[in-house]
Amino acid sequence: MTFRARHLLGIEQLSPQEILSVLDLADRYVDLNRRTVKQSDVLAGLTQINMFFENSTRTQASFELAGKRLGADVMNMSVASSSVKKGETLIDTAMTLNAMHPDLLVVRHGASGAVNLLASKVNCAVLNAGDGRHEHPTQALLDALTIRRAKGRIQRLTVAICGDIAHSRVARSNLILLGKMENRLRLIAPPTLMPSGVEHFGCELYDDMRKGLEGADVVMMLRLQKERMDGGFIPSEREYYHRYGLDAEKLSFAKPDAIVMHPGPMNRGVEIDGEIADDINRSVIQEQVEMGVAVRMACMDLLARNLRAERGRAAVGTYV
Amino acid sequence: MIQHFQNARLINPEAGTDAVGSLTVADGVIVALDEAAPAGAVVTECGGHCFAPGIVDWGVKIGEPGERHKESFRSAGLAAAAGGVTTIIARPDTTPAIDTPEVLEFVTRRAAESPVRIRHMAALTKGRAGREMTEIGFLLDAGAIAFSDVYNVSTDTKALARALTYARSLGALVIGHPQEPGLSAGAATTSGKFASLRGLPAVSPMAERIGLDRDLGLVEMTGARYHADQITTARSLPPLERAKANGLDVTAGVSIHHLTLNELDVGDYRTFFKLTPPLRSEEDRLAMVDAVATGLIDVISSYHTPADEESKRLPFEEAASGAVGLETFLPAAMRLYHAGHIDLPTLFRSMSLNPARRLGLPQGRLAVGAPADLVLFDPDAPFLLDRFKLQSKSKNTPFDGCRMEGKVLATYVAGMQVFVAGVA
Repeated sequence: MTFRARHLLGIEQLSPQEILSVLDLADRYVDLNRRTVKQSDVLAGLTQINMFFENSTRTQASFELAGKRLGADVMNMSVASSSVKKGETLIDTAMTLNAMHPDLLVVRHGASGAVNLLASKVNCAVLNAGDGRHEHPTQALLDALTIRRAKGRIQRLTVAICGDIAHSRVARSNLILLGKMENRLRLIAPPTLMPSGVEHFGCELYDDMRKGLEGADVVMMLRLQKERMDGGFIPSEREYYHRYGLDAEKLSFAKPDAIVMHPGPMNRGVEIDGEIADDINRSVIQEQVEMGVAVRMACMDLLARNLRAERGRAAVGTYV
Repeated sequence: MIQHFQNARLINPEAGTDAVGSLTVADGVIVALDEAAPAGAVVTECGGHCFAPGIVDWGVKIGEPGERHKESFRSAGLAAAAGGVTTIIARPDTTPAIDTPEVLEFVTRRAAESPVRIRHMAALTKGRAGREMTEIGFLLDAGAIAFSDVYNVSTDTKALARALTYARSLGALVIGHPQEPGLSAGAATTSGKFASLRGLPAVSPMAERIGLDRDLGLVEMTGARYHADQITTARSLPPLERAKANGLDVTAGVSIHHLTLNELDVGDYRTFFKLTPPLRSEEDRLAMVDAVATGLIDVISSYHTPADEESKRLPFEEAASGAVGLETFLPAAMRLYHAGHIDLPTLFRSMSLNPARRLGLPQGRLAVGAPADLVLFDPDAPFLLDRFKLQSKSKNTPFDGCRMEGKVLATYVAGMQVFVAGVA
C-alpha cells in the first residue's frame, strides 16, 4: 500500500497510487461499517481533535464517527464560538492545541490556505476538512469511492460538474482528483460562477446545461453557496433553477445509467429537483454520506501509520 | 575636503555610458570627471567596481508617525544606506496621514535621524479619503515634493478632478494608483489559473487599465502633472504610450518586485509575496521589463512596505500586503542586468535619474555640479539573503533565502560615506 503523506492537505499532493490506496482501504471500512459491531482499534490510544472554524454538521459528525469507530479519543473544539472571537490568531490557537499533544488534527477554516499554514506549525497529522475555496480532499475521495462502486471504475468516465464552481472547494478537489485519474471532465456553470483560468485545467466548459450533460456517466451537482457570495452572481434563484437546476428533462441528456451526486446540504428546487435527489435508481447522494465515514476512516488510518512510523524512527534515533 | 575616486566603472545614466574612469568630489559636489587627482585629495581606489548615482527610491513607507515598531526614520535610513539608496521619497500613508503642514513639519524634523536624504510626499486629499483636497499650497511651502493618496483610489471623480485642477495651478505633481477599486476590492491575487487553483479572491489585470484610463482622462481634462505609481500589466501600456504621445505630462513607475517576481512565486500561500497590486503573470512581468528598457515606464521603485511578523503570519487573504525593499532593491535589479534584459546605465536611468528629474531634484546624475550622492557596488558578488540580517525593523522580504548577485560596497551622500560593506 502506497501512502507517504504526513498530512492530508489536498488532492494536489497525492499521486494516483496514493488515491487508490485510500479507496482500497476505504472499501474494507465500508464492510466494517455495515456490521452490527463497528469497532476497530487501529487508532487506539491516539487523540483526534476536530477543529472547525466554520460551522459544519455533516463533515464534523462524519469525522467524529470515523475516529470513534477506529478507537481514537475524539474531541470537538467549536472554535467558531470561542477564542477566535477573543482575538486569538489561528497560529496561537494551533500552538495551544499542539501543546496538548494531539495525534490527528481535523481542521476546517474559511480562508484558503489556512490549513496549510496551520500544518506547518504543529507536529501531528493534519487533515483538511475544507479550507475556503481551496480544497476539500476527503470529499473528493468519498466521491471517487462512490463513483468507483457505482461504475466499477474511476478512469475514462465522463463527469459533469455543475453549478457554483467559483465558490466551491469540492469542485476544485474533484477536478484535480478526476483529472489525475484520467477522466473526461466538463464544467457547467453560468459564466459568473466559473472561476477564471479554469480552461487551463484540462476540462471542457459549458454554459448550456443540456449540451454539457450529453453523454455524461456522472452528474455532480454543487450547492449554490449563497454565504460566500457578495451579491449579484445570478439574477434570481428561480432563473438559476430554470437554467441550471437538475430536473428529469435535463438529466435525460446524460447517459441512461448516469448517476447523480451532490455533496450536500442540498437546496431543493434551486440546484436540484427533489424527485431526482430522492430517485434511488439515479441518485447516490445517500451512498456518498456512507462512503464519507469509510473514506475518513481510511485517511486517518493511513496517516496514523505514517505518524507511528515517523515517531518510531525518532524514538530509535533518540534512545538507542 | 577633496576626494578622488579612481579606477571606477562609472555608470552614467544621462550619457548612457558604462566605462572605467575617475571622479572627483569637493564639498559634497562632483567637481570633475576623468581628471587627474588634485593635490591633497584623499584618493579612493575603487578596484574597477561600479560607481553610479545613488538610487532615488520613490514611494517608501516609513512607519512614522503611527507605526514606528515597523520602521522608523533611522531604521529606514540605515536600510537605504545599506542598499545604495541615497534619497528616500516617503509615502504619506501614515497614521495620521501627512495631510497638514503640521504633520509634514513633524516628519521633516524626525527625518533628520536618517543617514540618507528623505523627502516627503503629502496626501492629495484629507485623510486620504478622496473627498476634500488638502492644503496643497501650504504643503508645497512646507516642502511636500508631490501629492498622493497612495493605495486609496478616490471614487469621487469630481473631487479628484478639482484636486487635479488645483494642483495644476501650483505646478504640483500628483501621483495616482491606477486601479478600479470596485473590481479590486478584497482581491489577494491576480485572476487566472493560479488564483483559481489556490482558491484565492482575485482581480483581473483589467482593473488597473480601467483605473489608468480614468486617471488619464482626468489628466487630459485638467492638464495636471501626473505620475502613475505602479504600472504592472501589459494591458496598461497602450493607453500610457498614447497619453505620452499626445503630450500629456505623464510618467509611470513600477516596483522592482513586479519586475523580478511573478504570481507563481506565491507558491504555497507565502504571504511575503502578497503585494499591492498583486504579482502578475510571467508575460506581464516580461512586458514590464521591456517597457522599462524602452523608457515607456520611467521609474523603478522598491515600494518598500514594512509589515510586522504578526500581520504576515495569517491566512493569505487576511495577511498584510507589501514587502520591504530598500536593501534588496539593487541586488534584485541586478537580476535584470544579469539576465541581459536591461543594461546598467538604463537601470540607473530608471532608479536614479528619472525619479530625481521628475521630482525636480538635482540628484541622479554623474556630472560636474551634481550632488555627490553615489553608490559603489560589485554587480557580480554573490550572497545568500538572510532576512534577519536586514537593517529594516520589519523583515518581510520575498527574497529571504534567495541567491542574489550584486552587493553594495559603499554609499555616499553629499560625499559623506554613510555605509561601507563589512569584511565578509
